[in-house]
Amino acid sequence: MSDNAVASSGAATTSPAEDEVLAELTAPVPEVGDGGPEMVQLLTPEGQRVENTEYDEYVKDLTDEDLRGFYRDLVLIRRVDAEATALQRQGELGIWASLLGQEAAQVGSGRAMRPQDYAFPTYREHGVAWCRGVNPLNLLGLFRGVNHGGWDPNEKNFHLYTIVIGAQTLHATGYAMGIQRDGAVGTGDPDRDSAVIAYFGDGASAQGDVNEAFVYAAVNNAPVVFFCQNNQWAISEPNERQTRIPLYQRARGFGFPGVRVDGNDVLAVYAVATQALNAARSGQGPTFVEAYTYRMGAHTTSDDPTKYRVSAEVEVWKHRDPIERLKAYLVHEKMADHDFFEALDREADELAVAVREGCLSMPDPTPDSMFDHIYVEPHPVVEAERREFAAYHAGFEGEGSH
Amino acid sequence: MGTMTIAKGINNGLRAAMERDPKVVLMGEDIGKLGGVFRVTDGLQKDFGEERVIDTPLAEAGIVGTAIGMALRGYRPVVEIQFDGFIYPAFDHIVSQVAKMRARSLGKVKLPMVIRIPVGGGIGAVEHHSESNEAYFAHTAGLKVVCCSNAEDAYWMIQQAIESDDPVLFYEPKRRYWDKGEVDEASAPRPLLAAQVCRAGTDATLLAYGPMVKTCLQAAEAAAAEGKELEVIDLRTLSPLDLDTIAASVEKTGRAVVVHEASTFLGMGAEIAAELQQRCFYHLEAPVLRVGGYNLPYPPSKLEEEFLPDLDRVLDAVDRSLAF
Ligand SMILES: Cc1ncc(C[n+]2csc(CCOP(=O)(O)OP(=O)(O)O)c2C)c(N)n1
Repeated sequence: MSDNAVASSGAATTSPAEDEVLAELTAPVPEVGDGGPEMVQLLTPEGQRVENTEYDEYVKDLTDEDLRGFYRDLVLIRRVDAEATALQRQGELGIWASLLGQEAAQVGSGRAMRPQDYAFPTYREHGVAWCRGVNPLNLLGLFRGVNHGGWDPNEKNFHLYTIVIGAQTLHATGYAMGIQRDGAVGTGDPDRDSAVIAYFGDGASAQGDVNEAFVYAAVNNAPVVFFCQNNQWAISEPNERQTRIPLYQRARGFGFPGVRVDGNDVLAVYAVATQALNAARSGQGPTFVEAYTYRMGAHTTSDDPTKYRVSAEVEVWKHRDPIERLKAYLVHEKMADHDFFEALDREADELAVAVREGCLSMPDPTPDSMFDHIYVEPHPVVEAERREFAAYHAGFEGEGSH
Repeated sequence: MGTMTIAKGINNGLRAAMERDPKVVLMGEDIGKLGGVFRVTDGLQKDFGEERVIDTPLAEAGIVGTAIGMALRGYRPVVEIQFDGFIYPAFDHIVSQVAKMRARSLGKVKLPMVIRIPVGGGIGAVEHHSESNEAYFAHTAGLKVVCCSNAEDAYWMIQQAIESDDPVLFYEPKRRYWDKGEVDEASAPRPLLAAQVCRAGTDATLLAYGPMVKTCLQAAEAAAAEGKELEVIDLRTLSPLDLDTIAASVEKTGRAVVVHEASTFLGMGAEIAAELQQRCFYHLEAPVLRVGGYNLPYPPSKLEEEFLPDLDRVLDAVDRSLAF
């Protein structure tokens, strides 16, 4: 694939003067809120469609119905997220990692996947899970403390959430190497050729695991897309505490293309992710996609962002809201009318109620279930402890306190 | 003399160490403006600057690996690992490099660094935030491993760990961070590598450290109401273990129950039980018993109360010991 982002940061044809080299080295990273000229964008923050010769082709076949579908995804997953945040505030979830502001990055990439593709998420990919058809209630279990994930990753090709930062990028790469060995790359059969997409944050880009994943993916030409949601913050640490060059440019050093896309522009994300996934499926190896976005809320419900960032920054990003942007476009192009938005609001209300009720009626795990599923084969220590546990608890029976 | 939380005790201890020695630097994720996710380093970057309170990139191998280099250069890095479950990316550096540097250099170099790790469960967190991994490091020769359980120790032990010329893993019981206690900043502290008898008793000895000390003191209180006098020892140092203090108590009471949150299999309790049967065989009235987490991955938080030792399980073990 041709990659203007990489080309634009490539070596100059004539050798630059020393001061030019120095100037480049000390050039400030883009201000927060400025994705820079290389950033792929198809919709302006005001919802105006802008032309992009390279990426237009990936969205040209999208129907009005598809675009309304994207909008529906954005609205519904934001509603699930808001409901989960409310449930946390009411003590029903121990903690919640909100995706507020990152809906377009997740829906755009999630919708670019084919059923046979596989996603390896971190812990905030509720929108990707939604696109894969994972029941949102499944996502709540981990945060409610009733399980560590619990869903079958192979049912929707959506792996379990990963809390240890960056670990999943290696798993994704290995999975992609398996796809290669299964001959499910570059056959030309759209139902067979497969790719993997690994989600991680800007902070994660500092981890050794992530950098090792880049190396493995590159040397193996693995069909994996590294999808970094650069939401500008790793808890309290801004980008410049993790990197001194724009993240997408890192890919070049590992030997594969990197693209920066406006992460609040669902069309652009869809286009860039489609291109990257196509490249992977057809045997062209990995791509790094940096979705330039912003974490509108706290890192998690336990975090207090007022300790480390200014509210003016948040205000700037409010004007780039991914949902308002698409709505403006839909309305302007007369692709959606009042009835559509009304019906969607009702659907969102109903979904919120279902999430709430589902959460409240989620049963606590039975105590002895902690002895389940540790090993595939019977394990004498686990079984002995299970018996001890039962005997100990039987001793309390009738005392009323237990 | 003042009353403060364990978190504040560590904060004050770090501050005192930094004031005393300009070579002391702090490193870790979110420890600057945010003051760490538990606010243990609150205000220190403001007062000592970004050169001494370093917000590191999100990379634990990097944190420990670069701290090694700084220590080689004469600094005294104190690194914060955000949660117990995130120490593993740095595991290789700790066990292969930190622990062995002194011996490899035939004593030519020292690594005076401290690795602070909030430890244990009971806070309703998601996975990887509640682990007790002290045994991995206590098992590794070349490291010192200590664990505070109260504000006074928090204040003093962190300073002593920083002053130590050997690398120290410093465990902080996260669910007790907000427990308050008296801190005497004027008196001389007890030695870093010594256990402490924190309640005297004659019927059996409870051995604990970190978060379980409070549980054991409560158990002893409850047992006293039934006429049983339990001695409670706060181990404080896990490697090296203060076996003299432990053995003296067990020789007196004849019974020992070791309590920790970590799984019992090959845990601290296993080592203590083995040592006690070698040292005090003829004084023992009952086998040394262990109460710990089950030999399972730490479960989802709705089950952690079942998983973690509580007062009842400690008292049950005491009863079993006394029944011999
Ligand atoms: C190995 C590891 N270290 C530390 C943490 C604690 N932690 C959880 S999220 C986070 C910040 C992650 O930032 P980023 O990768 O940018 O992702 P974001 O949450 O912003 O989506 C940290 C430090 C962790 N989960 N895993």
